[in-house]
Amino acid sequence: MSPQVRVITLQVDGKEVSARGDQTILQVARENSMFIPTLCYLNGLSLVGACRLCLVEVKGSPKLQPACVTRVEENMEVSINSERLSKYRRMILELLFSERNHICSVCVSNGHCELQNLAQNQQMTHVHFPYRYPKLELDSSHNRFVYDPNRCISCTRCVRVCDEIEGAHTWDIMGRGVDLKVITDLNQPWGNSDTCTGCGKCIHVCPTGALAEKGKSVTEMAKRRQFLPYLTLMREGRW
Amino acid sequence: MTPEELGEIAATQQEAVLRFKHRIHVCTAASCLSSGSDRVKQELSKEVVSQGRDKQCQVKGVGCMGLCVKGPLVSVKPDNVMYQNVTPQDAADIIKSMDASPVGRLECATDQPFFRRQVKIVLENSGRVDPEKIGDYIAAHGYEGLLKVLTEFSPGEVIEQVLRSGLRGRGGAGFSTGLKWSMVSKADSDRKYVICNGDEGDPGAFMDRSVLEGDPHRVLEGMAIAGYAVGAAQGYIYVRAEYPLAIKNLKTAIRQAQHHGLLGTNIFGTTFSFNIDLRLGAGAFVCGEETALIASIEGKRGMPRTRPPYPSQEGVWGEPTLINNVETFANIAPIIRNGADWFARMGTEKSKGTKVFALAGRVANTGLIEVPMGITLRDIIFEIGGGIPEGRRFKAVQTGGPSGGCIPEESLDMPVDYESLKKLGSIMGSGGMIVMDDSSCMVDVAKYFMEFCKTESCGKCVPCRVGTYQMHGLLERITDGSASAQDLATLVELCDLVQNTSLCGLGQSAPNPVLSTLRYFREEYRVHIEDKACPANVCQIHSAREVPA
Repeated sequence: MSPQVRVITLQVDGKEVSARGDQTILQVARENSMFIPTLCYLNGLSLVGACRLCLVEVKGSPKLQPACVTRVEENMEVSINSERLSKYRRMILELLFSERNHICSVCVSNGHCELQNLAQNQQMTHVHFPYRYPKLELDSSHNRFVYDPNRCISCTRCVRVCDEIEGAHTWDIMGRGVDLKVITDLNQPWGNSDTCTGCGKCIHVCPTGALAEKGKSVTEMAKRRQFLPYLTLMREGRW
Repeated sequence: MTPEELGEIAATQQEAVLRFKHRIHVCTAASCLSSGSDRVKQELSKEVVSQGRDKQCQVKGVGCMGLCVKGPLVSVKPDNVMYQNVTPQDAADIIKSMDASPVGRLECATDQPFFRRQVKIVLENSGRVDPEKIGDYIAAHGYEGLLKVLTEFSPGEVIEQVLRSGLRGRGGAGFSTGLKWSMVSKADSDRKYVICNGDEGDPGAFMDRSVLEGDPHRVLEGMAIAGYAVGAAQGYIYVRAEYPLAIKNLKTAIRQAQHHGLLGTNIFGTTFSFNIDLRLGAGAFVCGEETALIASIEGKRGMPRTRPPYPSQEGVWGEPTLINNVETFANIAPIIRNGADWFARMGTEKSKGTKVFALAGRVANTGLIEVPMGITLRDIIFEIGGGIPEGRRFKAVQTGGPSGGCIPEESLDMPVDYESLKKLGSIMGSGGMIVMDDSSCMVDVAKYFMEFCKTESCGKCVPCRVGTYQMHGLLERITDGSASAQDLATLVELCDLVQNTSLCGLGQSAPNPVLSTLRYFREEYRVHIEDKACPANVCQIHSAREVPA
C-alpha cells in the first residue's frame, strides 16, 4: 500500500466496514464475509466485468455497478442483495444455462461447478427461456486435456490465465454474440498447438466442465486453484 | 504555411473561380455516384470542350447536395439552377442552355421547402467545394478557424468558446463537447490523443459519410483545433472500411494538408504540431462504442471495457483521449470563425445549433438534410421530406438506429432536441431517421433491430450476448403467431434486464426499439399474439392449427 492510499469507511448492506481507497467493492465485501456472486472474476487475473453477476446498487448512482471493478469511496452506500439484484442474477444464470448445453448429471464437474453452485445459491429453480443446445464439436486432440465448448460460458478465465500468468496466449476468442467461441491457436486443434505448454492452468481456472483433464468421469473433475494467488504474488514481487 | 500564404491561396482561388461565367457542380458523393454521376461529369466536361465553352464554363465534382432521391444532381452557379436525374445524354443540352433558359425537363426547383427550410453549418460547403482540392476549401474560409486559435487564442480560450457555444456531442448521447474537451485538457499527461469517430453503423444513417466524402478538410480542421485545445499532437480518424470514397477523400485531404503545412510540425509557424492518421474499421457495429473503438485502434479485438476510467482519462495506449463524432468536429471551425454566441443563438435552450439527418424510408424526399434544433418532426417529414409517397398514411418515424425508438403520429409536433426525443422513448442518435407508413408492421420493425443487435453484440457480457438472442427469439414467435401472453411478459422482463445490466451502450440501448413500439403500438403486439394476425400484413403468421400447443 502506497502512503497516499487513504483508509475509508463505507456501508455495505447497512453494515459499516473499513477499506483502503484502492480496493474494490468485491474485495471489501469478501473481507467481511459478505457474498457477491461472480463468474468471470478470479483473484489473480485481470478484471473484465463481463458476467454481470456481481452488479450492485450504489446509492446516488442511477446505474448498477460491477463490484469487481468498482472502487470504494468514502461514505459509499452499497446494496449487494436487493430483490432486484437477485432477480437479475437469477435471470443472467438462466440465460447462461439456456445458451449452451449444461446438463449437470452427465458433466465431469458435477458437484464442483461454479455455475451449478451459483444456480443453487441464487435459488434458480428452472429456466424460463428456450434452450439453444448448439452442437459444438468437442476437442480431445490434446493428450492430457479435453475442451468441450458446449459447457463453456465464455468467461475468458482460460484466455486470461494463459496470457497473463503462463504467458503462452494459446487461448483466444473468435466470433460475435452467441457465436462467440473460445479457441486455441487461431482455431486449430489444441493437440497441434505449438504455443500450449501443457501447464494445465486453464483447466483449473475454468468454472465449469468445459475444460477438464482426460480420464476423469462424471463428478470427478474438481479444480485446484491454490496456485493462482501464489503465482500472482510471485510475479508482483510481493512474496 | 504563413497566415499571408493562406490568404493568398484563398484570393487566387476565388479569382480563378470568378473567371468562369458558369460553374457546373456535379455531385460525386456515394449516392449520386452509384447512379452514374461520374459519367455525367465526364460527359459534361467533354461537351464543354466540344462546344468550345471551356473558357466560360467550369465543371467540378462536389459533395452531397442533399436530395439524394433525385440523383444524379447537377447545379449551375451563379445562375442557381439545379438539375435532377441527369444522365450522360443530357450533358449536351445542359451545356447548350448556358446563357439561355434552363433545360425544363431536368429542372429541380431550388425554392422548394426541402432546400428553403434547411440551415447549413456542417454542410455549408457540401455541394460547393471540390473535396479533392484543398484550395477550394481554403477559398471558403477553410483553415481560418485554425489560424485564429493558433494566433489569437490560448487553449483555455478555445475550450471556453466551445463550452459557451453549447455544442453537444453529435454521436448520439449529447454530452457537452466543451466539457469533454476541458476534461481531456485537465488530464495529467504529456501525451494525449484526439479521435474522430467515423464508424457510422446505424442502418439508414449516412450523415458522417457525406461529410467525410464532401468536405473532409472541415473534419481535419476541427480535429486540429481540438488538438490545440486539449494538448494533443496526434489524431486518429476511425472510419469504416465500407466507406471507400470517404477513405480516399480523407487520404487526399490529409496529404494536401500536410503538404501545405496545415498538419505536421509547427503549424502556421507556431509551436503547435499535429498529425492525423486513418484507422479503418472492419465492419463491427460495436466499434462505434468509444472503448471498443480504442481497443480496435490499438490493434486489439474491438470489445468495450467497463468505464470508468473514461477515455478522457485513460484512452488510446492508456493516455487521455478526446473522442468526438465526425459531425461534432465539423461544427468546430464555424464556431471559432463566427463566435460561440452566433452558434448559441440557434436551436433550443439546451440543444444548440443544427443537426444533420439522413432521411430515409417511406418519405418522398429521401436524402441528407441539416435543420436547426427545435424544428418539429412534422416539419422535417411533411415539409422538408415532402410527406409520404403513394398516398399512404404515416405510421412512425424511427430515430437513433438500433439504440433509438419509434415515434408515432401524435408526437410529431415535439421539437427535435436531445431531451424531447429521450422523453419520447427514443434518442437523437447520430441522425438516422427512418420514416414508416402503414405498410410497416411495428413488431416486425422491432424484430429487425433486435436481429441487428443480436448479430452485432460482441459477446462479452452475458445479458447482451444471450439476452438479445432470447429477445429476438420471442419476437420471432410473436411475428409467426406462436407466442402466448406469457411470452410478452418475458420479453418485457428481458428488456428490463438487458437495459440495466449490460456492459456497454449497445446492450443498454438494445431494448429501446421494443420498448418504444410496446409503448405506442402495444395493440399491434396484442393482435399478433391473441388474434394471430398481422395488421399490416407483413408477418407470415401460421394458421392457428399449425401453432404447437
